[in-house]
Amino acid sequence: MDRKLVVSTSPHLKSPEDIQSIMTDVMVALFPATLMGVLIFGYQALVTIILAVVAAMVTEAIILRKGNLFGDGSAALTGLFLALVLPPSPPWWVVVIGSVVAIAVGKHLFGGIGNNIFNPALVGRAVLVVSWGAHIAGDVWVRPQPFAFMADTVTQATALSTYDFSLWDLFIGTVPGSIGETSALALLLGGLWLLYRGHIEWRIPGAFIGIVFIMGLIDGGFGMGLYHVLAGGVMIGALFMATDMVTSPVTPVGRLIFGFGCGLITMIIRLFGAYPEGVMFAILLMNSLTPIIDNLTLPKKFGEVKRSDA
Amino acid sequence: MGSTVFKGGVHPDYNKEITATMAVSPMKPPSKVVIPLQQHIGAPCEPLEGIEVGSEVKRGQKIADSTGFVSAPIHSSVSGKILAIGPYNHPLGSVLPAITIEPDGEDRWDESIKPGGDMENLSAADIRNIVREAGIVGMGGATFPAHVKLTPPAEKPIDVVVINGAECEPYLTADHRVMLEQPEEIVFGLKAIMKVLNADKAVIGIEDNKADAIRVLEKAIEGEENISIAHLHTKYPQGAEKMLIQVTTGRVVPAGGLPMDVGVVNFNVGTAIAINDAIREGKPLTERVVTVTGSGINRPANLLVRVGTLVSEVIEACGGMKESTMKLIVGGPMMGKAQVNDDIPVIKGTSGILALTDQDMYLAESSPCIRCAKCLDGCPMFLSPTGIAQFAEFEKYGDAEKLHAMDCFECGCCSYVCPSKIPLTQWIRIAKAEITKAKKK
Repeated sequence: MDRKLVVSTSPHLKSPEDIQSIMTDVMVALFPATLMGVLIFGYQALVTIILAVVAAMVTEAIILRKGNLFGDGSAALTGLFLALVLPPSPPWWVVVIGSVVAIAVGKHLFGGIGNNIFNPALVGRAVLVVSWGAHIAGDVWVRPQPFAFMADTVTQATALSTYDFSLWDLFIGTVPGSIGETSALALLLGGLWLLYRGHIEWRIPGAFIGIVFIMGLIDGGFGMGLYHVLAGGVMIGALFMATDMVTSPVTPVGRLIFGFGCGLITMIIRLFGAYPEGVMFAILLMNSLTPIIDNLTLPKKFGEVKRSDA
Repeated sequence: MGSTVFKGGVHPDYNKEITATMAVSPMKPPSKVVIPLQQHIGAPCEPLEGIEVGSEVKRGQKIADSTGFVSAPIHSSVSGKILAIGPYNHPLGSVLPAITIEPDGEDRWDESIKPGGDMENLSAADIRNIVREAGIVGMGGATFPAHVKLTPPAEKPIDVVVINGAECEPYLTADHRVMLEQPEEIVFGLKAIMKVLNADKAVIGIEDNKADAIRVLEKAIEGEENISIAHLHTKYPQGAEKMLIQVTTGRVVPAGGLPMDVGVVNFNVGTAIAINDAIREGKPLTERVVTVTGSGINRPANLLVRVGTLVSEVIEACGGMKESTMKLIVGGPMMGKAQVNDDIPVIKGTSGILALTDQDMYLAESSPCIRCAKCLDGCPMFLSPTGIAQFAEFEKYGDAEKLHAMDCFECGCCSYVCPSKIPLTQWIRIAKAEITKAKKK
């Protein structure tokens, strides 16, 4: 026989799933929230999304010196995430700086995909909050005007500043807030898709949302528990940001602890802190604990329990 | 009874429909056989006295044996003349001593081949001896000598025998076919095993993608009060010893332990048939059913092949191999060995010969780990494959050992499921080899 054969070690089959297909699945999962953001906040939201995505992809292409803008899709996804947690119409340069910081500092300074400690999109947002806070927090939230695509914007206080929106509006998303965070319904649809595809599991969102609800309930009763879950960034944070694979624990128990910590810190900031919202800082703080949580919560191997009994 | 499904595992494309409905057909006698002296786990065999180049042997004649307990004698699968004794390519990837025999075409059986008698008249020791002398090893691919499993130490009594009909490896249908075609032989072999071990219960575990085999065997055990069939959820690696025992008996084999630690032994369905043949017909293990399949094979089939037949001849009997074949594998696609060429013999543990083209598989470059944890979720031993692999990559084998690298049985689920296409199983293999090496020092 003279033909050449590939020789490698087993297994010889590989799942068709790769990084790009996972990133695509997450983008599909974000589509309902993105669409709702544009429908509710109009063209300015769309401009912000496009700016953030393009700036992120260009930054990654420059850093990796690759011509392929989309690549594995992770940069585009980071840009999309950043846009979804920004107000609908910050100045263009704020959006671009956010994306550049997210990719360059949040991701590649740590060694690129897989190596970053912190959720890159949240790193970008955190830098914007502390550097140009006036443009992305405070008096920047616009009143929702569903289907009025080109309408002028009117500012309005967010649900976590006034606490006087109806639960229904919070569920549908017709409240002021970041582009992609307001519609709990759209985020839930996306979250269910990710659950179905096996890219997230219930532990992080379950613990996160559960503890937010319980603390809200203790603070102000059942309605207030639900209000805290639906308002602000808890839904997008719990379903999409905290479940970011790279920056969350890999162990089942670790994920519970991680979700619990995210919810707890969020509520401490909301109830007792200077900021009205605490999801971003909660997730970033827990990101920093991920390696230690992983090391402390390694699962028991098959048969280990029986061994110690014997 | 524990859960009917084990935790972890993966769902690859099974591709069993290619050969699942094809009855086993005997392959025409080969033009030569190359019989390696090591076809089992344990001590290699030495040629017997009088077995030298030029000597005549008969079919079923014992030609090599070992004094080691963990070993299994080797028999000629044809009648003919010995052409050579020396190193030859071995499907496990090395070059090992083998006896090459040119068949005389007459297929004369050795005089020693005669039925062992009625089971009632055979003692446990008789049966154990028949099994040893027949050279029977685990036919699922592990090739552990069967008589050793039939000789548990006195302090570890066996009360349950588990028969493995899971056949969880994709593509392979050899076990499926023998379950359909030889149910009565399986039950007879199983009863012999139960008698030797004095076990009072037996379970035959079959994955539910082989509903016809489940029906056939349920019929075959009608009236047998001690034997039951477990319908197993189809998931890889359901046929792995520890997973199979957990779902069929509810018992968890301790880490680092053996099935007999929980009073269980398990045998493949093919092994049960080999034991049947040895007792009833006196036949040693010199042929086996091999699934020849994959999109690179022109006419896939389940063939009854003589041990020692060259893979090239087996593939020829199946219409040859397509030009587009990328990989030739002996065994299943998850745990089998990729071969450099087809000049290798079929051995006792060869359950499949696969020729894969780009329709079945693809080559991928690996990317960094994105910590998706799919390897942890897929690991049936609940290890952290990515953690072990990273330590292995940085040669921190002590840390890899702390993550229980040695408990890995290399099922391949982690590599299969990894979206970054990291060869995790291979990194763990390296870690295991280095840990073992360090221990020997």
